[in-house]
Amino acid sequence: MKITHRSLALALLLALLPLLPLAVRAQTLRIGLAEDPDVLDPTLARSFVGRVVFTALCDKLFDIDEKLNIVPQLATASEWSADGKTLTLKLRANVSFHDGEKFDAAAVKYNIERHKTLPGSNRRGELAPVASVDVVDPLTVRLNLSQPFSPLLAQLADRAGMMVSPKAAQAEGDKFGAKPVCSGPFKFVERVAQDRMVFERFAQYWNKDAVHFDKVIYTPIVDATVRLANLKSGQLDFIERVASSDIAKLATDNKLKVSRITEIGYQGITINVGKSELAQKSALGRDARVREAFELALDRQGLAQVVMDNEATVGNQWVAPGSNYYAKNVPVPKRDVARAKALLKEAGVPNPSFTLVTPTTSDAQRIALVVQAMTREAGFDVKIQATEFATSLNLADKGEFEAYVLAWSGRADPDGNLFSFYGCKQPLNYAGYCSPETDALLNQSRSLRDPAERKKVFEQIAARVLKERPIVYLYHRNWLWAYNAKLTGVRNIPDGLLRVTGLKLAP
Amino acid sequence: MFDYLVKRIATIAPTLVLVSMLVFGLQQLVPGDPAKILAGEDQDPTVIAYLHTKLHLDDPLPLRYVYWVGGVFRGDLGESIRTQQPVLTLIAQKLPVTVELALMAMIVALLIGIPAGIVSAIARGSAWDYAANAFALWGLSTPNFWLGILMILLFSVQLGWLPASGYVSPFEDLGANLAAMIMPAFVLGNAIAAVLMRHTRSAMLQVLSADYVRTARAKGLSERAVVLKHALRNALTPIITLGALELGTLLSGAVLTEQVFTIPGFGKLIVDSVFNRDYAVVQGVVLVTATAYITLNLLADLAYFLVNPRLRR
Repeated sequence: MKITHRSLALALLLALLPLLPLAVRAQTLRIGLAEDPDVLDPTLARSFVGRVVFTALCDKLFDIDEKLNIVPQLATASEWSADGKTLTLKLRANVSFHDGEKFDAAAVKYNIERHKTLPGSNRRGELAPVASVDVVDPLTVRLNLSQPFSPLLAQLADRAGMMVSPKAAQAEGDKFGAKPVCSGPFKFVERVAQDRMVFERFAQYWNKDAVHFDKVIYTPIVDATVRLANLKSGQLDFIERVASSDIAKLATDNKLKVSRITEIGYQGITINVGKSELAQKSALGRDARVREAFELALDRQGLAQVVMDNEATVGNQWVAPGSNYYAKNVPVPKRDVARAKALLKEAGVPNPSFTLVTPTTSDAQRIALVVQAMTREAGFDVKIQATEFATSLNLADKGEFEAYVLAWSGRADPDGNLFSFYGCKQPLNYAGYCSPETDALLNQSRSLRDPAERKKVFEQIAARVLKERPIVYLYHRNWLWAYNAKLTGVRNIPDGLLRVTGLKLAP
Repeated sequence: MFDYLVKRIATIAPTLVLVSMLVFGLQQLVPGDPAKILAGEDQDPTVIAYLHTKLHLDDPLPLRYVYWVGGVFRGDLGESIRTQQPVLTLIAQKLPVTVELALMAMIVALLIGIPAGIVSAIARGSAWDYAANAFALWGLSTPNFWLGILMILLFSVQLGWLPASGYVSPFEDLGANLAAMIMPAFVLGNAIAAVLMRHTRSAMLQVLSADYVRTARAKGLSERAVVLKHALRNALTPIITLGALELGTLLSGAVLTEQVFTIPGFGKLIVDSVFNRDYAVVQGVVLVTATAYITLNLLADLAYFLVNPRLRR
């Protein structure tokens, strides 16, 4: 048989056919998540990892940038009234939801009201001061507040500002999260629990020039080693929450890139100072001098090194030392074992003993072990009680603990790291701290809009609370991301959420 | 045989009721308020109160069980409170994955375990026997997650032959499906192969020393016929029991292997649901796995009739 050029070309073409899917796959962005998100309804959602996914699915009224500034997204401008009790928003024109419905002032009104009234809404508290919403014209909406509330813009730059299609939300009711319809750059295709979430490009997206993928697939892979192996083998383009112990090796791999961003949350130890009767029975909960001694016995940098391979910034407040709102009047104290011993002597308890409850995550357990060893030098006898997370939360809520290793993922406005933790009877106030003066300052900080004025109030709060130490802050972790070196446009935003717009994969 | 079958089937329903009651009761002993876990980071008290009402958490235990059983009879296993997906949908998504993984692992186990057991028994004391025993020891003592990670590092990261993890439906792409399942199936099958090999070996040794085997040899039957037709068939009874039990265990999900290879099967589903206190999902999955376990044991009993003609009388 004679082999012609034509048959050779045909054979070559046939041989190349299997490669076709590869070319198609190049248009897909594959992201590895550390956990499987909860319900994909912005009103009901409650997990951090869910917020990562929402950046592709649901646009918000505002967003935040690398420096935590609030920037326009679906709202193009905002204006406060002089008394701080009304906020007027100008909306972006020509925006539609994934089902083709128009985004307008009526949709904003519907969404804010849904956030406030849907049973089980997790946004109700965030929007509590919003009393009513007026549609001024199709592209202008006015939020009327019961009292001034400066963190509102930051709330609208998170899930409380996410807009879903009113038509779809009405039709689906509380099942909306199983098939969400928003107005983000990608629309929902399917979700297989614990396996994948597939979204495809929304052709009518208002900022479609910034979208360079046809599809985005989020895959939850709990094990950090396996997540990294998937990235290295080219099955994923991006992974979040890389183990800090893997970072050194990644630095030498020129096929991959790493991003590290100081989180807006923190890692700390909450001390029961008034949550239950146990607070009075324990020297640590009863006497502020013992808590000061406890803090002075800690070497934060040492902790960050052992627990986080130095992938953290040490800190002593609810915001990191680099934040504009960091209270410089209360700097990070240096370790001083002699002073700690003297304080314990003064308090009449040279060898205080207490139990430190810790969730069973490896980071939390390492913290507990290092804290135990460090404070022993000052005379503390720390017993560790490692408890599964749900159970530990239950203990904290009932006040059945003396000290508790607890992290917070953080919010863009410092109010989100502060109010619920120190306000009397607030839901996250596990320490049981309560002071009318602090409450007054917390409320005052919410009524001020000028950052300089707010900072002054935060400094007063810091001076009061950090002396009482209901929470001993340890450090602010780095968000560690690793991705294909060909992926460009990665924005290091401190909330730790990858923005998919602007991302591009070079061939 | 028919009477026996009827009797066995009749015990299925009460067993399932008992299992479901037990699981329902045990779940309530787990500390921690499910509503608090479901309320997430913000711990909004109104959300917690709402979840208490929605999940009937303040009702007495027997009443909650009745609510659940009522749903089961209507074909409604409830919905996952965490993701809002119906439990039946979750089970329908995971069951085929788990069944495929279990069957593939079982095939791997049978292909390695039984021949190795036979060879080791007929060549007792030889190099083959020692090699098979060493293999069994290795299979039994190697942790699944460790072997899994090593295989990923070798075959996916270093050599790039197989995908590191994930699952593709066989109806979507059979090649990709096999590529994704071969490593987890080997990891799971390897451990079971070791158990099967040990049992096959001891059962074969026992049978090979029996009088009828000597008679068969004396009749001048070929060694192949003696081993495969006479000895193996009789040695199979304990191996069938063991295989059914192992398959049942596989069907209830292989947590660590699924975790390492990110296979979306029952194991991951049930563990995540327990940690998230997603009780409806736990109940639903347990009901399905308990049914599978009981059915497999019944099938194993029926298989005895096939391999052992004496039981048919």
